[in-house]
Amino acid sequence: MTNENGRFGIHGGQYIPETLMNALLELEQAYNHYKADEEFNKELQMLLNEYAGRPSRLYFAEKMTRDLGGAKIYLKREDLNHTGAHKINNVLGQALLAKKMGKTRLIAETGAGQHGVATATAAALLDMECVVYMGEEDTRRQALNVYRMKLLGAEVVPVTTGTATLKDAVSEAMREWTNRISDTHYCLGSVMGPHPFPTIVRDFQAVISEEIKAQILEKEGKLPDAVIACVGGGSNAIGAFYHFIEDKDVRLIGCEAAGRGVDTFETAATIATGKLGIFHGMKSYFCQDKYGQIAPVYSISAGLDYPGIGPEHAWLHDTGRAEYVPVTDDEAVDAFEYLSRMEGIIPAIESAHAIAYAKKIAPVMEKDQIIVINISGRGDKDCAAIARYRGENINE
Amino acid sequence: MSEMSMNKIRKAFEHGKAFIPFITCGDPNLDTTREVIREMAENGADLIELGIPFSDPTAEGPVIQDASLRALQAGTTTDKIFDMVRELRKEIATPFVFMTYANVIFSYGIEKFAKRAEEIGMDGLILPDVPYEEKQEFASVFRSHGLDLISLIAPTSHSRIRMIAREAEGFVYCVSSLGVTGMRQSITTNVGEMVDLVKSVNPQIPCAIGFGISNPEQAKKMAASADGVIVGSAIVKMIGEYGTDAPKHVGAFVKEMKEAVEQA
Repeated sequence: MTNENGRFGIHGGQYIPETLMNALLELEQAYNHYKADEEFNKELQMLLNEYAGRPSRLYFAEKMTRDLGGAKIYLKREDLNHTGAHKINNVLGQALLAKKMGKTRLIAETGAGQHGVATATAAALLDMECVVYMGEEDTRRQALNVYRMKLLGAEVVPVTTGTATLKDAVSEAMREWTNRISDTHYCLGSVMGPHPFPTIVRDFQAVISEEIKAQILEKEGKLPDAVIACVGGGSNAIGAFYHFIEDKDVRLIGCEAAGRGVDTFETAATIATGKLGIFHGMKSYFCQDKYGQIAPVYSISAGLDYPGIGPEHAWLHDTGRAEYVPVTDDEAVDAFEYLSRMEGIIPAIESAHAIAYAKKIAPVMEKDQIIVINISGRGDKDCAAIARYRGENINE
Repeated sequence: MSEMSMNKIRKAFEHGKAFIPFITCGDPNLDTTREVIREMAENGADLIELGIPFSDPTAEGPVIQDASLRALQAGTTTDKIFDMVRELRKEIATPFVFMTYANVIFSYGIEKFAKRAEEIGMDGLILPDVPYEEKQEFASVFRSHGLDLISLIAPTSHSRIRMIAREAEGFVYCVSSLGVTGMRQSITTNVGEMVDLVKSVNPQIPCAIGFGISNPEQAKKMAASADGVIVGSAIVKMIGEYGTDAPKHVGAFVKEMKEAVEQA
């Protein structure tokens, strides 16, 4: 899927300061070596199964199916993984790789805090130092996750520059990496940034679609008609899509955070409102003004509050293989509450964007059709913020 | 490569060791920037780096990050900077290079940007987020408009230095230290070794050292092992402190720094 220089069509590449180039080349070399290494894969599989709790369940949401009156709905329960989200899949892979490369320190960016928590967890398990960069605004929105990271032994650095959200956390982690390379691995949390990150993260997340495929074939004897996932940078979505890309009859639908709407400035829907650009090491679509200044984006979801999208998604969009649709804050909050009451599952507000879109299309689909929604994370971390959104103040 | 531009950047290195100051255009406003550039030229700057502010400058430390933000908040745009340069070119012959990020140029249109830059009398560009592997997309267009794309080498470049130096245009920007731009107490990298490696494959190309240099002592020391030194954050910090009063202070600083590098 990727060519030699890490391109997905015209997207991707390595737009990064010279200081980091050898680190990226070393990472690529190490990854290519270990991905074929039996011992490495055995160790990773053990961690994924015994520590993270894989495979995650593919759950038939019977009440939701009945309520919407159309397609059969299955939920891929990444929220049941250890640390509560899909992020752990990638982190265990990268942390193990970093350890093999002789690195003793992990740095990471985080938006909602799930990737930071996962990285702090892997660092604790593998005896590595850990520093997490998090936008100051997000440290407020996701205070619980900040505490979890500290509890796990990580240092959390609030980033005050720019919009003090995910993009600024990425920028700061990149700056820190140029400052300290020899003992440090930048454990990037999404399918973004310079090559080889989009490929490495996708490969480690592809376990999601690998499992969905086997599980749905076992349960239904056929492939789903649609796979739906939320998209910020796009790691849970690419994980859920990857093994279906060649199955052209499976619709792949990525749900972007529209915030207050794609016709407002308070949105983070990159495919809907962005244009082609170069940022954070990659060529892809970005929300930006006419002079190429990156736009201050907005979403209720800290994890989707990012002005770009991973290069493989940009390419899937270009080729028409995947569809990308905007979902507003209002729709996501409704879906957050809906799944909680309907199925007794509190989803992450990020994942709620995918649920919201499934609610729209399921009723107009046939009863013998199948939708798989990737529930990328659990929603405990969002309860305080959603309560506030509904005008209720709770103390965590 | 256009002979004229090549000669012009090379000429910057023909008056002894070169002193190359940087300024973030539009901080705190373009009138001040214009005055600062005049002062730099009058006080011996051999080449001037004009920073086009970018919202998310990932290779910059806090000083230039803050300046970029101030400049953008003041309404600075690429087009307004073009207008300023076109006016300044009527009175100043010192070579100018833009320093900015890939997206500023890509979003403007690489061809359209290069054409405008040539028309207003620019001589080259420095793009810290465009390494050797990605440069062709930009360099080929710049070259047809007589603009050099300046290559950077870093303390981590090692075996990449030869490959980069072989194709270098204008001069080679030697990054003195790990990390982002900003002032440093001491520089521990053996930059002399980096410069020697460059010269071993490209003897004609001048080498200038940047990142972390903030005072005459450091400048003199660094200039001893290269053809010139680049100073950014120390100047931008001065502009942050003195605001619209900054030009005369920057002028005095440039004079002092040029004298220091000449003693190297």
